[in-house]
Amino acid sequence: MKKVLILLAHPKYEHSAINQVLADSVKDLENVEIRDLYELYPDFNIDVQAEQEALVMADIIIWQHPVYWYSAPPLLKQWIDLVLEFGWAYGPGGIFLKGKYIFNAVSSGGAKDAYSKEGRHGHTLKEFFLPFYQTAKLCNMTYLPPFQVNGTHKINVEDLKSAAEAYRRLVTFLRDSEEISKELTSLDSLNQLSI
Amino acid sequence: MEDSFLFQAIIYLAAAIICVPIAKKLGMGSVLGYLLAGIIIGPYALEFIGEEGEDIMHFAEFGVVMMLFLIGLELEPAKLWQMRAMITRIGLSQVLLTTGAFFGIMVGFGFSWQVSLAVSMSLSLSSTAIVLQSLKEKNQLDSAAGKNSFAVLLMQDIAVIPMLAIIPLLVVAGESLSGEHHGSPIEQFAGWIQTLFVIGAVGLVVLLGRYAFVPLLRIIAKTRLRELFVACALLIVVGIAFLMELVGLSPALGTFLAGVVLANSEFKHELESDLDPFKGLLLGLFFIAVGASINFGLIGENAGRVISITLGILLLKTLILLGIGKYAKLSLDQNLIFSIGLSQVGEFSFVTYSFASQLQILDKPTTEMLMAITAISMTITPLLILLNEKLILPRVGTLEKTEKEADEVNEKNGVIIAGFSHFGSTIGRFLRANGIQATILDSDSDRVDLLRKMGFKVYYGDATRADLLESAGAHEAKILISAIDNPETNYLLVETVKKHFPNLELMVRAKNRGDAYELMEMEVPNIYREHLDSSVRLGKDVLVKLGFRAHTVHRLAQNFIKYDEAALKELVKVKHDQKEYISSVRRTIEMQEALLSSELNRQFTLNDQAWDSEVMKGK
Repeated sequence: MKKVLILLAHPKYEHSAINQVLADSVKDLENVEIRDLYELYPDFNIDVQAEQEALVMADIIIWQHPVYWYSAPPLLKQWIDLVLEFGWAYGPGGIFLKGKYIFNAVSSGGAKDAYSKEGRHGHTLKEFFLPFYQTAKLCNMTYLPPFQVNGTHKINVEDLKSAAEAYRRLVTFLRDSEEISKELTSLDSLNQLSI
Repeated sequence: MEDSFLFQAIIYLAAAIICVPIAKKLGMGSVLGYLLAGIIIGPYALEFIGEEGEDIMHFAEFGVVMMLFLIGLELEPAKLWQMRAMITRIGLSQVLLTTGAFFGIMVGFGFSWQVSLAVSMSLSLSSTAIVLQSLKEKNQLDSAAGKNSFAVLLMQDIAVIPMLAIIPLLVVAGESLSGEHHGSPIEQFAGWIQTLFVIGAVGLVVLLGRYAFVPLLRIIAKTRLRELFVACALLIVVGIAFLMELVGLSPALGTFLAGVVLANSEFKHELESDLDPFKGLLLGLFFIAVGASINFGLIGENAGRVISITLGILLLKTLILLGIGKYAKLSLDQNLIFSIGLSQVGEFSFVTYSFASQLQILDKPTTEMLMAITAISMTITPLLILLNEKLILPRVGTLEKTEKEADEVNEKNGVIIAGFSHFGSTIGRFLRANGIQATILDSDSDRVDLLRKMGFKVYYGDATRADLLESAGAHEAKILISAIDNPETNYLLVETVKKHFPNLELMVRAKNRGDAYELMEMEVPNIYREHLDSSVRLGKDVLVKLGFRAHTVHRLAQNFIKYDEAALKELVKVKHDQKEYISSVRRTIEMQEALLSSELNRQFTLNDQAWDSEVMKGK
């Protein structure tokens, strides 16, 4: 059984409609750890060592956050800046993340169609997340396509419920897979995975 | 020897100390314990006390007066006003219906109407002392049954006034009013003047409560002599009781009124906790006296009659109350608590009996018989309440837990702040700005006064006293913030809280490092050194003014505080070994300097390569 680490970044989690439900759907799973970054580091003073220790233990890492301006909330960027150190995560001697899997699990206000070549944002989320992809690659990790819950402004209770169930199935599936197929990387989003 | 005051005191106290815990252990409540103690030391068992029981009872009735003062304190005028309909409707119908029923029965049995009226009015009263004490002990004062019971008792207290006025009118014409008067010196005046006196006295109590008591208490509080404050509280209660007796009103009613007027003052909690022991002792004494005054000789001779009359009275009163409760739409279980609780004859009936017997409306055997019946009914009540609770209530409906919980949440705040000087008031303001209303305790009466003018809910009192914390809601609260200036007081508070309220999360202000060590050794989990954050903040600004970049300084400051707190935890372990302590302090300072300066010198290269890594550049 693999170990899953969820790095949750939501600056106003108590008001979040989606991320709370997603996190709640997986928090009781065995071998799944959630680190609520805005609760741990309200002053952005990230404990680099503690974060690195958590990373070393994990096989699968999930950046869970809402999409803000085609990217993540600032604390997650701060986390990347501070935790993924030269000589630890990448560069000479930077071998501690090698072979791990990582992806973004996100909520977006805009509908799924808006995130397409023809839609009003002009690109898919996978395309927008290019910096995350390259960050993972530089650290010798496998970047999987994002898991996404779109159109959250108008989402109804049933859709949210099934999204949460899908998230739980995905996390359980990845945790229990002996081998994670490289073919997953070619998907547009992990939502397309039929499990 | 046996007549000496000390010996008497020993008898009463020892009886109470032996009987009450046993009664409580058996789940019977303290009232029954006191009553049993009275019976045991009374003239028909151990014979420690004889006929003086009744005198003591008159003295101890003052406990009832105090109890009503304290109840008044709990009841803000607005709340009382909300209850007015309940008091008049429920209370008045109880008094009238019960009096009417007993009157009809007695006339039916061939008593003269004068005797019947005097007796039936007395029998309609219930025992404020027993009922309220039992309700309070069982935490039922806020329940529907509790509120209705209270309304009835209050109405009865008011009804005593016209009753005492009517009884003299029942004297058979021609018979002179020999013997003692009831004691109201204004009786010589015409009726309308008496009325004026009564209104004047009540108005005086309200005015004094509004404009005189609070300033007086403030002046007394400034002396910082606790016993003087207690004396002042007692003086207020005794003074009002005296005034009420002077104009022929019930002293209990007068002090109740004064309590209500003072309910909004900042001294509410302090008065409560200061008078509470007196009330408790006097009430206990009162119950003991009731127990001791039961004439078992008389009962023995007429056992069948006494018992059947007592049971009849209890039954009839219960039935009438059940009907009223049903009309008031009480649920069955609440209605049972209400009607069984109020079914006895009350302590004030002793007064009306003796009054009527002085006026020769009642002859001596009747009076003695009535006294015995009343005492027995009072003794049986706690037993009936117990039976009701253990046998009947479990079978009918559920107890309304949810309603009670909601009430408690409404009345108590989750956060208590002890000490409201600059430190505490900043916390209070911050919490209030975010919608958290804390209960505030402070021992500086001037400050309390000022803060109340600014709209804060502040109570005056010494927060290290468990009873005051209790009345501020420490049992229900979540967090206690100790923002007291004096470290010694702080330690005392921590000890009190740890002992009496282990449920409370303690958050404590520390003066300095040494103070923090003391608190850490007391195993206080949350310690805040008062200077730490602001001095570091000042230091930050200095560095910025000297040309450092603000964000860098901000991070350095964050780390400084983090290291400092970590070092504190390390150092407390070796504090007792003085020699090691000194070297350890030096070591920590060196460590701090080393950590911080190295970080700055190396431009974050060691711990923090994220934004600007020399190593990376050198690659």
